Amino acid sequence: MSLLTVSGSPHVHTQQSVKSIMYGVVIAMIPAIFVSVYFFGLHAARVMFISVLACLFFEWVIQKYLIKGPVTINDGSALVTGILLAFNVPSNLPAWIIVTGALVSIGIGKMSFGGLGKNPFNPALVGRVFLLISFPVQMTSWPVPKPLFGPGVTDAITGPTTLGIFKEGLDAGKTVQDIMASPSFPGYINDLVGAQSGSMGEISAIALLLGAVYMFSRKIITWHIPVSYIGTAVVFSGILWLIDPAHYIDPVMHLLAGGMILGVFFMATDMVSSPVSTKGQLVFGAGAGLLTILIRVWGAYPEGVSFAILIMNAFTPLINSTFKPKRFGEVVKNG
Amino acid sequence: MKTFKLGGVHPEENKISAGKAIEVLPLPEKVYIPVSQSLGAPSTVVVEKGAAVRVGQLIAKGESFISSNVHSSVSGKVIKIDDVIDASGYKRKAVFIDVEGDEWEEGIDRTRDIVREVTMDRDEIIKRINEKGVVGLGGATFPSHVKLMVPDGRKAEYLLINGVECEPYLTSDHRLMLERGEEMLIGVKILMKALGVDKAFIGIENNKPDAIRYLSGLSAGFKGIEIIPLKVKYPQGGEKQLIKAVVNREVPSGKLPIEVGCVVNNVGTALAVYEAVQKNKPLVDRIVTVTGKTVAKPCNLLVRIGTPVDLLVAHAGGLPENAGKVISGGPMMGKALTSLDAPVVKGTSGILIMDGVEAKRAAQQNCIRCGRCITVCPMGLEPYLLAQLSEHQLFERAEKEKIMDCIECGSCHFTCPAGRPLLDYLRLGKNKTGIIIRNRVKR
Repeated sequence: MSLLTVSGSPHVHTQQSVKSIMYGVVIAMIPAIFVSVYFFGLHAARVMFISVLACLFFEWVIQKYLIKGPVTINDGSALVTGILLAFNVPSNLPAWIIVTGALVSIGIGKMSFGGLGKNPFNPALVGRVFLLISFPVQMTSWPVPKPLFGPGVTDAITGPTTLGIFKEGLDAGKTVQDIMASPSFPGYINDLVGAQSGSMGEISAIALLLGAVYMFSRKIITWHIPVSYIGTAVVFSGILWLIDPAHYIDPVMHLLAGGMILGVFFMATDMVSSPVSTKGQLVFGAGAGLLTILIRVWGAYPEGVSFAILIMNAFTPLINSTFKPKRFGEVVKNG
Repeated sequence: MKTFKLGGVHPEENKISAGKAIEVLPLPEKVYIPVSQSLGAPSTVVVEKGAAVRVGQLIAKGESFISSNVHSSVSGKVIKIDDVIDASGYKRKAVFIDVEGDEWEEGIDRTRDIVREVTMDRDEIIKRINEKGVVGLGGATFPSHVKLMVPDGRKAEYLLINGVECEPYLTSDHRLMLERGEEMLIGVKILMKALGVDKAFIGIENNKPDAIRYLSGLSAGFKGIEIIPLKVKYPQGGEKQLIKAVVNREVPSGKLPIEVGCVVNNVGTALAVYEAVQKNKPLVDRIVTVTGKTVAKPCNLLVRIGTPVDLLVAHAGGLPENAGKVISGGPMMGKALTSLDAPVVKGTSGILIMDGVEAKRAAQQNCIRCGRCITVCPMGLEPYLLAQLSEHQLFERAEKEKIMDCIECGSCHFTCPAGRPLLDYLRLGKNKTGIIIRNRVKR
């Protein structure tokens, strides 16, 4: 008789694995990948290719030659980081800057803490913010979108993002209505489909939402962080807008412009760097939503999503130890 | 449809043997009957080597409050009293008997005639249940008479009968409800009388619609017994989860069901109670499911206690070529056997055979803090954290995080995408924390 395996219960296991979760996120990013290639052409494909390749390469080098442990570059996590990093930069970024970003994302953001699962911050955002602070000019010269095969300006022309237009205009003393009436302003519809200047992956709310629906259906993410993040941002910006619509952007524009949708569904929901309990996730989302609007309205940068999420990442251990799930049998009264 | 709120998972049900009527397994040639077959203090052996025994004869006596009697399940000769390795993998003292014939003790009614009228009073019932070695047949094997003695200051309001069978694969309770339904209901009536309650609920998951229909029809003839269909969700058979699902009461942390006026018993226990009280029959056999995807003839067998597992497997078509794991119980909470020579005991609900591929655990990765283990924990615990604390031997903190509330259902390990053996760590932590708590109480 062959030998029997003896192990503790349970003896069955769900089908979901780390790998299936990571590749699920990759599938969810496909619509946004297509939109970025559509509006920014082969430049977008170039940035994504370099970013993904560099992330995989650095993870492989570090695991094989520095840590000298098992190589796990096929678990999908470095792929996700690579695409997300590309999503967070402009499409005309020089290759050496992208590679630098990938090194910081994987090397500092992830592997220095012990690899997947140990990193306190979202690796792609670590890389992105490093690049933003180190190379502010290159990181904020946004190519104007030019639909593939369609009429339009040449690739070399750059223009400000929607939030950048607001920031500049408001600082110059214009009202929100004046800014939105100018002919160069993209408007709601263009911001929804993606015809706006900005980081490659953030421009199209529709493509990102499509991916989000997929992640919900596969139960890769839950509603807690997105709902509390968006809810808080909408309520906070809505209050400001109701008080003074001439100087504060309306909540819908806040959602469509900038990287909020990308950040909410693809980066704030990163399991490793967000709280574990549903209560904690609600707190995390609310904090990120509040910080995003605070930075956008009163900060030095026009956009605050990356900083807001990174700051809340830092609070995650505190949130985890403060907001515990409701224990069974905690109740005193029974009905 | 009712169910418990917090956590839970839904593993593949695989109730392959649900349509197979209960068969009586032919008598074995030898049995090894462990002398301690319940929670609590070990029982004392009262037979000697060489003694001739009959079916139903007392062979080990439970002498403390929480302990129970063990009877011979066969007639024959005691050849030795020695250690046997049981399902848990530990050595247990057992009485080895070579089977000769099938001679039963006087006064045991072996017919299937149903005795409907309950003539005993409360004390007589409890005494009889104690004498006949009835224990909880759901798997925990808690001595049944102890559950029926409600402590001073507490009052039982409801009797809950567990017909949930939430473990995948297992069908022994399902078949019992279909084939021994009326006897089981009389057992429920006896338990109600012993507890002095006028309301009993039988919780059955709705993947057994035939059992729900059949017992609903029968229960019309029984005052105060109600069948409650439940939504399929694991671990609904856990007593705290069942109470929450059926009467929406939450047993406080560290307390017993009687705290909220409930007593929970398994359908198998109710049948054993019927047999003990109405037929004077000790607990010498039980229904065991033998199943698995690669098993030739999955079946439900009526087996004498002490029968070696390999006889059950042989009856189901033998051990498949590619067998990798043999489990006593279901896939969620069952124990992997080290040897097929282990005996069937009172708590053995099934024998599940898995092939080599199924038997393998997934490779372990870093925790990605996805929080799925928290979402599925029916006790509202944080398994990922408790596993970490156990791993780093921080047992005082684990105690504060309520590690002792863990019911070891395995939902956390089942659901972990990183394949972490969370329950292994939790068991270790519970064990060590329990020692710390007991030492503190002693001081």
